[in-house]
Amino acid sequence: MTTTDQKTTEATAPTDSDVVLEVRDLSVTFPSDDGPLPAVREVSYVLRRGETLGIVGESGSGKSVTSMAIMGLLPKNARVEGSAKVLGQEVLGLKDAQISKVRGNRIAMIFQDPLTSLNPVYTVGYQISEAVLAHRKVGKKAAMDRALELLKLVGIPHPEQRIKQYPHELSGGMRQRVVIAIAMANEPDVIIADEPTTALDVTVQAQVLEALEAARRETGAAMVLITHDLGVVAGHVDRVGVMYGGRLVETGSVEDVFYRPRMPYALGLLGSLPRLDEERHERLTPIVGTPPSLLALPKGCAFAPRCPMARDICREEEPRLLTAAGGGERRPAVPEETGVHAAACHFSEELEGMGPGDLFKGMAADAATVEEAAEAEERAAEALEEVAEDAAQESAEKAAEEGAARSGKAGEVILTVQDLVKNFPIRSKGLLKRKIGEVQAVSGISLELRERETLALVGESGCGKSTTARLMLQLIKQTAGEVSYKGQALHTLSARQMRPLRRDLQLVFQDPFASLDPRMTVSDIVAEPMRIHGRNAKEARARVRELLDLVGLSPEHGSRYPHEFSGGQRQRIGIARALALNPKVLVLDEPVSALDVSIQAGVINLLEDLQEELGLSYLFVSHDLSVVKHIADRVAVMYLGKIVETGTTDQLFGAPAHPYTQALISAIPLPDPVKERTRERIVVTGDVPSPADPPSGCRFRTRCPKFAGVLSEAERTKCVEEPPELIDRGTGHRDACHYSEARELL
Amino acid sequence: MSEMKVSAAPESTGAESVGGAERTQMQMILSRFLRHRAAMISLVVLVLIALTAFIGPLFWKWGHTIHLDIPPNQPPSADHPLGTTTAGHDVLGQLMRGAQQTLKVAFTVSIMGTVIGSLWGAAAGYYGGRVDAIMMRVVDVFMIVPLLVMVSAVAGNAQAGTTWYAVAFIIGFFSWAQIARVVRGVVLSLREQEFVEAARAAGASPGWIIVRHLLPNAAGPIIVAATLLIAVAILLEAGMSFLQFGIQPPDISLGQMINDARTAAATRPWLFYPPGVLLVVICLTINFIGDGLRDALDPRQTMVRR
Repeated sequence: MTTTDQKTTEATAPTDSDVVLEVRDLSVTFPSDDGPLPAVREVSYVLRRGETLGIVGESGSGKSVTSMAIMGLLPKNARVEGSAKVLGQEVLGLKDAQISKVRGNRIAMIFQDPLTSLNPVYTVGYQISEAVLAHRKVGKKAAMDRALELLKLVGIPHPEQRIKQYPHELSGGMRQRVVIAIAMANEPDVIIADEPTTALDVTVQAQVLEALEAARRETGAAMVLITHDLGVVAGHVDRVGVMYGGRLVETGSVEDVFYRPRMPYALGLLGSLPRLDEERHERLTPIVGTPPSLLALPKGCAFAPRCPMARDICREEEPRLLTAAGGGERRPAVPEETGVHAAACHFSEELEGMGPGDLFKGMAADAATVEEAAEAEERAAEALEEVAEDAAQESAEKAAEEGAARSGKAGEVILTVQDLVKNFPIRSKGLLKRKIGEVQAVSGISLELRERETLALVGESGCGKSTTARLMLQLIKQTAGEVSYKGQALHTLSARQMRPLRRDLQLVFQDPFASLDPRMTVSDIVAEPMRIHGRNAKEARARVRELLDLVGLSPEHGSRYPHEFSGGQRQRIGIARALALNPKVLVLDEPVSALDVSIQAGVINLLEDLQEELGLSYLFVSHDLSVVKHIADRVAVMYLGKIVETGTTDQLFGAPAHPYTQALISAIPLPDPVKERTRERIVVTGDVPSPADPPSGCRFRTRCPKFAGVLSEAERTKCVEEPPELIDRGTGHRDACHYSEARELL
Repeated sequence: MSEMKVSAAPESTGAESVGGAERTQMQMILSRFLRHRAAMISLVVLVLIALTAFIGPLFWKWGHTIHLDIPPNQPPSADHPLGTTTAGHDVLGQLMRGAQQTLKVAFTVSIMGTVIGSLWGAAAGYYGGRVDAIMMRVVDVFMIVPLLVMVSAVAGNAQAGTTWYAVAFIIGFFSWAQIARVVRGVVLSLREQEFVEAARAAGASPGWIIVRHLLPNAAGPIIVAATLLIAVAILLEAGMSFLQFGIQPPDISLGQMINDARTAAATRPWLFYPPGVLLVVICLTINFIGDGLRDALDPRQTMVRR
């Protein structure tokens, strides 16, 4: 709204021939019942042939809407302004028939969810050839041949067979490759990939990103990679644009943005990310508050309410995207100058040499604004003083504890499972429902959780980690094995006998949207466990206020409904509910994986504080190794229902011994461009086999890089025939591999 | 501490959050219902109809059974505002009595059918597996046999076959199957939601979960089905009366009146239109009230629809 004079500057700028996509002052506004909703505001960028631009931002920052607008895929009622040119041709406002010629031909899009972007009733070969036929005058036979070629290109094994299969016969990673093949079908000039790997596991993500890279190389296309994952951006793009509140707030080369951010938001994002390549001692520095509602954008800088260095001018005048290179006068950034580092902040210079900790430190993550954060800080400082007195003593204790934990003596064992097995029957359809098979979700797991300890259970989807967590809480009954809590066997108890014990064992869920009953008020939700256990309404009410306060919400929020809260706040409500009965053990099932990065950090900090304060034991189930490294004391890695490696966090991340753990660690993208591009990679092929029919011997052997590459024939026979036991390699670090070998990866 | 996501409705920032005082769920549901204009108007209309139907006969000089003292086939006049029937009944007197009987039957059926159907369907959906299979086969039996045949067969043998409550119980007993199916379908997807698991993790019993979580979340479809059932019950009762199984003369119901007058719509409109229009109005108001209830019970609906 302030950049009216920008047009004149740009008119004189030359348009070079390499430019394939040119977006200028793109704004998208949706009409809504509550007034216009500006989803995208004056976004400009230029993309040259062969270049990859990463667009990062949290949910609701407008990153997807921007690309949908370029593709002409927005609903009819959206008001799109500005211009977007593909190879010099204006694509905004084209008629359906005209844009169809551009779409899929010149510019192609890859969507997040491969499940829904393929049509389930056609074979994948048909769907790829359909894309070819739409833009080329070739025969069906030729189109099929091209489809086969494309499947090979994106690295699908046995493409001759796959081409005749239907989407449901392929795994998620395979499907996403098919989608990439469709996008490549007509050798487009621009590929827009909208969160292409968000729905996939990390090891599969690495494969798909590789396929994407191959696709880009092959077609020489330019790519826009939209993602919330800073690690993916660091490794795969040349330039980055950071979006916030519908605007580009910082642009520049990856190195510039990651190493020298000039906008507090970008800096804050980096600081709130738990990192695999750093020590865990440092507390995360979350950004306060939540992203602004687009309906009520603040008058000045959209980030001002959350920014620790906001001043009066930030609340008055919206900053423009200005060059931020060191020294000299800042001038408006011109999209053509793609190498230039630009930021939309009035005080970019001050960020020079500043780390995220310096700027955001000491702010309470729960406050809405910086002022409130300051108040909270004061309170926290008082509490801190008390803590400080004990600090020296405590750290000594901690060291002793850690040493003890390693030898397995102190920190009393509170919850154990022995040889736990869970098979889910597969039943025939129809009235008889005969058993025709079994899904071996958990096959013989032993774990112990000690007091005041965080044990992390990591693995990819379908490895049985959530099932294990539920078995430990006896929410489902095991097929075989034992679960005991403080020496009392749980697996023999009836549901009624179990009820009083549930007070001690509580659960926090992944999805903060599904885990709260939408028809109950927050008070009722948090009070429910107490009501179930027969506390009267008045008592419960008082406790609810206490709990809401404890998790950083205002007690006044009690009479609101869950849908009025943001994801992070809802997760706090879920935590408050879990704490209602003063549990001893909290099972956290992916508690932060559904949250935006800046929010996630606040919840992680809260969990750490609560553990300290209330002496809780955590079973932390997660697929995200970075978070696990940050929060866990001990880690157990699961693969296809079995534990393949377990040890203390330092042991496991410092020197992983099992090939799967190694592959998992090396597949996590690091939010550091140089490290990410130069690190050693251990790539696994294929997808997780079906747990209904796991491989004989070692379950990982079908994907094991060691099995495929290093081992001799005789050694392989052992892997095929003999399931490896979980063997202690000294100091409590155990792994289940016949040929394990510790490696340093970080 | 108040990082409230500015919610979509501006009214919620103005009207709702004054002082931020805590309110109970019931108060909030009530206030949402009161804001639903169509539902409120409908409620007033329905209450007026009901009052007239139940209290009116006490004051109106022509009872529904009186017919020998009245000249038959009279168009509306001062003495008989809605005219008289072929047999010499006062139409207004009959209309009030008819509406009364119809309302009693319809509401009894709807409440009975909804309660049985919701509990049955929710239990089947929640337990799943074999329990579900068996319970739903029972539902299938109730669905397959034509309702009217079943109702007539039973009503013919019932001792008190012609009193309103007997008729209502019989219809109610045979018309919950549809609701059970609807509720089961909704519950099947709801029970997989994490909030149900959260309740189980807190130690809640199946009964608690069904009543506190599953049924409230299925309220939308249940209310729609319940309002439809009212309309169905009115029609069924009329049909039964026609087949001599329902409420019998000298007692009267709206369905019966319409049946009696269906050939007279053109020639003696005063016989056909009063009960016909009243029936439509009752059904409409109940539908609107259902809409309002559904919206009021769903906190995600921030504003009244259109």
